Amino acid sequence: MSVRLILAALLLVFAGPVAAQDTLPPAPYAYRQLDDPALEAKAQALMETLRCLKCQSQSIADSDAPMAGDMRHQVRTRIAAGEDPEQVRAWLIERYGDYVSYKPEISATTWPLFAIPVALLALAVLIIVRRLRKAK
Amino acid sequence: MIAEFGLAALWLSAALAGLQLLAGFLGLRQSGSELSALVRPAAVTQALLCALSFGALLLLFARTDLSVALVAKNSHSDKPFIFKLAGAWGNHEGSMLLWVTVMALAGGLIAFLERRLPERTMLATLASQAFVGLGFYAFLLISSNPFERLVPAAAEGAGLNPLLQDIGLALHPPTLYFGYVGLSIAFSFAVGALLTRQVTPDFAKVMRPWVLGAWIFLTLGITAGSYWAYYELGWGGWWFWDPVENASLMPWLAATALLHSVSVLASRDALRAWTIMLGVVAFSMSMIGTFLVRSGILTSVHAFAVDPERGTFILVLLAIYIGGALALFAFRAGTIAEGERFSVLSREGALVVNNVALSAILGIVLLGTLYPLLTEAFDVRVSVGPPYFNPVGAIFFLPMLVVLAIGPLLRWRRDSFARIRLPVIAIAVVGSAVLLAGWLIAGIALMPLLGMSLAAAVAVGSFLPLRGRSLRRLPLPVWGMVIAHFGIAVALFGMAADTAFTREKLVAAQVGETARVGPWSVKLASVDPVAGPNWTALEARLLASYRGGGEHELKPQARSFWTPPQQTSESALLTRWNGQLYAVIGGEAEGGRWQLRLWWKPFVTWIWYGGVLIALGGFLALLGRLSGDLRRRSAQAKIAARRAPETVSEPVEVVA
Repeated sequence: MSVRLILAALLLVFAGPVAAQDTLPPAPYAYRQLDDPALEAKAQALMETLRCLKCQSQSIADSDAPMAGDMRHQVRTRIAAGEDPEQVRAWLIERYGDYVSYKPEISATTWPLFAIPVALLALAVLIIVRRLRKAK
Repeated sequence: MIAEFGLAALWLSAALAGLQLLAGFLGLRQSGSELSALVRPAAVTQALLCALSFGALLLLFARTDLSVALVAKNSHSDKPFIFKLAGAWGNHEGSMLLWVTVMALAGGLIAFLERRLPERTMLATLASQAFVGLGFYAFLLISSNPFERLVPAAAEGAGLNPLLQDIGLALHPPTLYFGYVGLSIAFSFAVGALLTRQVTPDFAKVMRPWVLGAWIFLTLGITAGSYWAYYELGWGGWWFWDPVENASLMPWLAATALLHSVSVLASRDALRAWTIMLGVVAFSMSMIGTFLVRSGILTSVHAFAVDPERGTFILVLLAIYIGGALALFAFRAGTIAEGERFSVLSREGALVVNNVALSAILGIVLLGTLYPLLTEAFDVRVSVGPPYFNPVGAIFFLPMLVVLAIGPLLRWRRDSFARIRLPVIAIAVVGSAVLLAGWLIAGIALMPLLGMSLAAAVAVGSFLPLRGRSLRRLPLPVWGMVIAHFGIAVALFGMAADTAFTREKLVAAQVGETARVGPWSVKLASVDPVAGPNWTALEARLLASYRGGGEHELKPQARSFWTPPQQTSESALLTRWNGQLYAVIGGEAEGGRWQLRLWWKPFVTWIWYGGVLIALGGFLALLGRLSGDLRRRSAQAKIAARRAPETVSEPVEVVA
């Protein structure tokens, strides 16, 4: 056996996994609903709040992108396996980062998103009360 | 030649804007200066030249002149004619030219028509309009020249994004821009009034029709944009809280608040400073929206940082105009007297609540839109979407709807609860009845349930102001209010019903197979290839029957465009009075099956009917105001004519 043949054989062995990575695993639940309507509703509600990472401002529930389909499959199978929607969300956030969830959690970086509306509410009440009290 | 002509016209109109600003400014400084006579003609000529320049761009697109870079980049010779024209504003440079054209036209119109304001306020207003215009002319001419030549000329154009090749989206940007940029008039009026300290009911009466006009266009633009997203994107969503959508919603929220507060100023001489503030804020939101959409910052903050020329330019303009106007406001607001007082329970009181709530919602939308951009600059990526905007916005939106149902019943200045007890009870009963029925019988989730209950309450409340009034003698603006408020109820009901009752069915169907979704059964009759002018498609023929009734045909398509190469799905819609059947054909599945997506969306069309009703209400109010103004004008002309002969016979008395 010549050296070149051995090399070629080695290449084939190593190329195997690489080629396999190119094809995504089949995602039957990308375009298929769960049989149980209650579970499907849960999955649907969750999918509407997850960002399609390959699109501009679309949730995975309204995108044709293959990656969105793959994520829909993930969400549906996990919900079908009995996971809680928030568990699935946490799992996806762990995998893709906070960016994937349209529902910001209160954290060191996002607290102004929640503090400012509270301040706005206080301000609105203050303006109305002051305005109306002065008027009497 | 056409491109050079367009560019020359654009430079000339920019120069005229400079003249208008200078003459206005000097005319303000020295009253009686002859320079001030230049201001109005400069504004009108500027508008005409700018319109010519835009006309030149339209002509270049109509002819597909591929020696112009913009045309080569965004058009294609075998595109349908209407989309060739729409290509003129379906890109950055063209849409900015449309922006300055609308701005110049708005300025030209007030210069030509508006004679009721004190001349000094008018000078300040037109100078301000020219000042803002100049910045955007500079932006166009320096960093976004739409008339740039391409040497050598391209053999063929690159085409227009297929998603934009749709009649709805061809007309959507101009409509929205008339609203967006029309608000520049409110901004300039506000600045003019601040400069001359003339914040009076007469001023508000002059400002009101312009605000109304811009607001009608904004309402229609947003409604059309939402419907476009609904049928064109192929997934049945009609609002995504996408930053681009928010960019159009924010000026609308501010303009809606302004519309109500300017009415208070016109009828009651109250809320002076507040009205001026909203005038400044509304157009500021238009400019922020333009920055968001046009700077490329939305695709990625980092892409923006790499090629920041355009974005930085607009950002500097924003800082000058918004910062300048707010500084002027802070400086002058103290010198504007507060205006008339009113009691808690009064029309004004209700309108204050409406204004504060709308402003708070505006604040939340602005926060949720800008915050992710801010954190991204620090390499932290967060997403803010419906789970944030819906509940947080509802904190202000729901109480506002309660006030909306009751407010129009109240009298100006002071009212008593005893007087409106009966109608308030009627509204409360209807709202609670819907709430209970929806909860106990239909088991609807909380948010859509509240939406439906309030929609019913607002619907009843919107018509109650007609009680005990002669319908034939009711002024048009009151009709406008009633219809616009009823439109809010209709749209809200559509949104709630869509959220609560939508049925979805995803199937991989063989030809001949039938799927059921809600009350519909849908049979896949055939799938055939079809071809259009610049696309080919697979077209499914679906036969749908509602509760076993007659069959209706639907033909959704999966289209492939070739310039540029892109796939789109053309949904097929079947509209009944009580909802829409929405069908999409996806890809081919294994075993000769076809992916079908079907939705039954009860009452979803009411969202857009509501939007149209709201705009119609605005239109009636505008018609009423304008005819009132015309009547007053002709009455004044008659009085003047009656006096005229006397002045001829007895000239001495006139001097006295």
